[in-house]
Amino acid sequence: MAHSYTPGLTVTEQATIRRRRLLSLPGTVLVTAGETVRANQPVARAELPGKVYPLNLANQLGVAPDEINEYLIKKAGDSVNKDEVLAENKPLIKWFKTEVLSPITGVVESLSTVTGQVLLREPPRVLELLGYVDGLIVEVIPLQGVVVETNCSLVQGIFGIGGETRGEIVIAVTSPDEVLTPRHLTPVMKGKVVVGGSFISSEALTRAKEVGVAGLVIGGIHDKDLRALLGYDLGVAITGTEQVGFTLILTEGFGTIPMAGKTFNLLSAHAGQQASISGATQIRAGVIRPEIIIPNVSASIAQSAATTLEREGIRIGDQVRVIRDPLFGKIGEVASLPSDLQKIPTESEVRVMEVRFPDGSKAVIPRTNIELIEGS
Amino acid sequence: MTVPSAAPNKPVMAKPLNVIVATDCGSTTTKAILIEKVGNEYRQTYRGEAPTTVEAPFEDVTRGVLNAIAEIEELSGRKILDGDTIITPCRDAKTGVDIYISTSSAGGGLQMMVTGVVQNMTGESAQRAALGAGAIVIDVLASNDGRLPHEKIERIRTMRPDMILMSGGTDGGAVTHVVEMAEYIAAADPRPRFGATYKLPLVYAGNKDAQPQVKKILGEKTALVLTDNIRPVLERENLAPARNKIHDLFLEHVMQQAPGYKKLIEMAGAPIMPTPAAVGVIMETIAKREHLNLIGVDIGGATTDVFSVFEGLFNRTVSANLGMSYSISNVLAEAGLANIMRWVPFTIDEQTLRNRIKNKMVRPTTIPQTLDELQIEHAIAREALRLALIHHKSLATALKGIQQERTISDAFEQQQSGKTLIDMLKLDLIVGSGGILSHAPRRIQSMLMMVDAYEPLGVTRLSVDSIFMMPHLGLLSTIDEKAATDVFVRDCMVYLGTCVAPIGQGNDGERCADYAITFPDGRIDKGQLSFGDLRLVPLASDQKASITIQPAKQMNLGAGAGVAVTREVQGGVVGLLLDGRGRPLQLPTDHDLRVAALKKWYQAVGLYPG
Repeated sequence: MAHSYTPGLTVTEQATIRRRRLLSLPGTVLVTAGETVRANQPVARAELPGKVYPLNLANQLGVAPDEINEYLIKKAGDSVNKDEVLAENKPLIKWFKTEVLSPITGVVESLSTVTGQVLLREPPRVLELLGYVDGLIVEVIPLQGVVVETNCSLVQGIFGIGGETRGEIVIAVTSPDEVLTPRHLTPVMKGKVVVGGSFISSEALTRAKEVGVAGLVIGGIHDKDLRALLGYDLGVAITGTEQVGFTLILTEGFGTIPMAGKTFNLLSAHAGQQASISGATQIRAGVIRPEIIIPNVSASIAQSAATTLEREGIRIGDQVRVIRDPLFGKIGEVASLPSDLQKIPTESEVRVMEVRFPDGSKAVIPRTNIELIEGS
Repeated sequence: MTVPSAAPNKPVMAKPLNVIVATDCGSTTTKAILIEKVGNEYRQTYRGEAPTTVEAPFEDVTRGVLNAIAEIEELSGRKILDGDTIITPCRDAKTGVDIYISTSSAGGGLQMMVTGVVQNMTGESAQRAALGAGAIVIDVLASNDGRLPHEKIERIRTMRPDMILMSGGTDGGAVTHVVEMAEYIAAADPRPRFGATYKLPLVYAGNKDAQPQVKKILGEKTALVLTDNIRPVLERENLAPARNKIHDLFLEHVMQQAPGYKKLIEMAGAPIMPTPAAVGVIMETIAKREHLNLIGVDIGGATTDVFSVFEGLFNRTVSANLGMSYSISNVLAEAGLANIMRWVPFTIDEQTLRNRIKNKMVRPTTIPQTLDELQIEHAIAREALRLALIHHKSLATALKGIQQERTISDAFEQQQSGKTLIDMLKLDLIVGSGGILSHAPRRIQSMLMMVDAYEPLGVTRLSVDSIFMMPHLGLLSTIDEKAATDVFVRDCMVYLGTCVAPIGQGNDGERCADYAITFPDGRIDKGQLSFGDLRLVPLASDQKASITIQPAKQMNLGAGAGVAVTREVQGGVVGLLLDGRGRPLQLPTDHDLRVAALKKWYQAVGLYPG
């Protein structure tokens, strides 16, 4: 059914999820269906072809392109070491001899008698794809990768930077509305996933880098601090490849916004456990959001199909987050769902809902400016 | 409406179409419209929309399509869906539709990399060919682009385009450079964006003498298609064959790989068209039908497409990362905070504004709830529109690098080749489309956004797509011309009115121009327009008036400084906008003066409530 609210972020104690693990180019799958894998275990491997170095032999030897074959020492397919002679001319007087040396160690990939160019390629680089989560291989996609299934607790963030990593969860603050400051970050947090409260300052980000945390999970951050951290202004939200020293996940958004109590409580309950996290974000309809996956060690790995986290629609009593000013970040529950369009202060006529906040106050908010906090 | 050469082949229609459902799968939302024959004419009757579902977790574009159509079902009471299928043809007055058609820019649209030999000659021609076919150009590689060979190879390898267009050299000219580029592409072994196992489509449209070598080098590694040279001689571009091949490959290869598109193609009764290509059809048709010089814009969530037709020459560009939701943060990055803030009639601290823009980026489907928020979005839209037009002007040019014959009279005007074709003084009509323009709460807001961003000169008419249906109608016009024309005239095109803007500068309050407007009922409205004035004169959509303007001696309305001009002007839902703010438009640099000026202008035209 069509719906005019934003499908929410999932925060759930119990979910069965599947993650597709695909190589960026065809390779070898190292595991079989039905096998149990660890998060740090390679599940597939590919060889990334080495860098290519073009070299114009014809120019360097001072001959026509279609003549280069006569001067070659190395032929296409031959291995070559750095500074080894690729081609040379044979002058009558030795002094005029020109040798063209290989700038790299690799192979001679191809030669062109049209351009006089030789293409050299460095040895391939091995790319290993890890399991990412502890789980069960439920599908093998030949040459490309696998699908891993796991029983876990799942928290989706709204925005993140940095790639996949894992570490032990450590709660650095005492409440979801506390600001994470440099003094909260201690050397014992090295390699761990640190959970903060409502906000992290640029000083605390610097401190996190010094400490060497694996990940940071925070309610909010200022855009200017993100810009300082990245070294540029992020124009389009396609992230996951940044290398700032740790993976950063925002659960609420930009600004100082207390982490949703449900999120904070769930993470607190799993303090000390290992979590797989990813900052990869791609914001389009049907988005990729950053995530914190805490494999559920006590439950057996599901053999059945993954339970779906989709839901039918919004209902009275559902917990929701306001995602646009003036009440941005406030969390409440749906009080009523009027079906008629209503005029809002901008004069737009839109579908709205009435939200009741914990202090008992109510507000009428466009449905598109509401996000469900999903998960049981 | 006429069918342009680049349009897909018309399907053979067995019976007349009385009920049509059309969707546009945009980057953020999928918009569906229902068109029904009422009496002898076609009307757009209902619309629905739903989030697009091309990416994870759904990864099936048809889910969003079915959701949007389900909304139409709810509103219209017509049964269109039977489970996951669309009921075609109509079974009775309340069941089914005669045809389902769709355009798409979801999943990032058609992303292309183009190559040429000389960057501003064949490189630009290739870019124009790709853009005209509805693509987003992610990079232009050329032999002289300043990058070292291994940098070019790395670039080709790291980008994952949907398709590559290769050009370079004139027919019969040297083949070395274009063969060299083919070698780089082969060495990079580029992978397509979707689907790890299929070959990347590559269109070769360069020097025909190099075709055998290109075939040898790339024939095995890519899905190679050879076509006519886009620049057979330096003085002439021949873009149509390459554009047609791009369109064919888009349907045959790229679309087949995108999530759910195989199903979408099966559901649709006509080929799926890239959204910008469909909007281009509409823009070109309007310009040709009315013999106009036109600028059209479609400002979406991820991209802003600009179209122009000047002296019959059609151009299209896409600014891939200028948009109002998904790309909103990039508008801030490219325009700079000061340029956005200059349109905001109140004070807001930088940190708050930056955080708000980023929050819109991460939650792109939200809408402004307060007046302040609406004004900020309108400010950002002005900058996105302005930047996209600058981009368009730089590409919609005469051919560069060709010899020009100069007479003695030209000797003092050392005009370079490659001058932009966009002449704002000769512009007759601006057409706006896209969410922020089509759904602005007041039509004057759309009009002023476009006037502020484009700074039309002299006398220019403006219009807007009523509820965003130009892509749908562009595609429909290739199937049923009458249906598309009927809906376009009656339900789609909303004429806003005409803007009159003298060129030149002066001090606030001084005389800018005297004007006399003769209305259809014979009434004459005479007045003086002062510098810094913005005045709105009501003139209904179906009315024309005659305006005589006597500009101040340093001001120009196209006939020369201080020369009076009499023109017939068309009304609209907004009316006649007399713009005495001067051209180029210069806002006060002092913060308080600027805010006061904005408030005065916004109030004068009733831009916002209160």
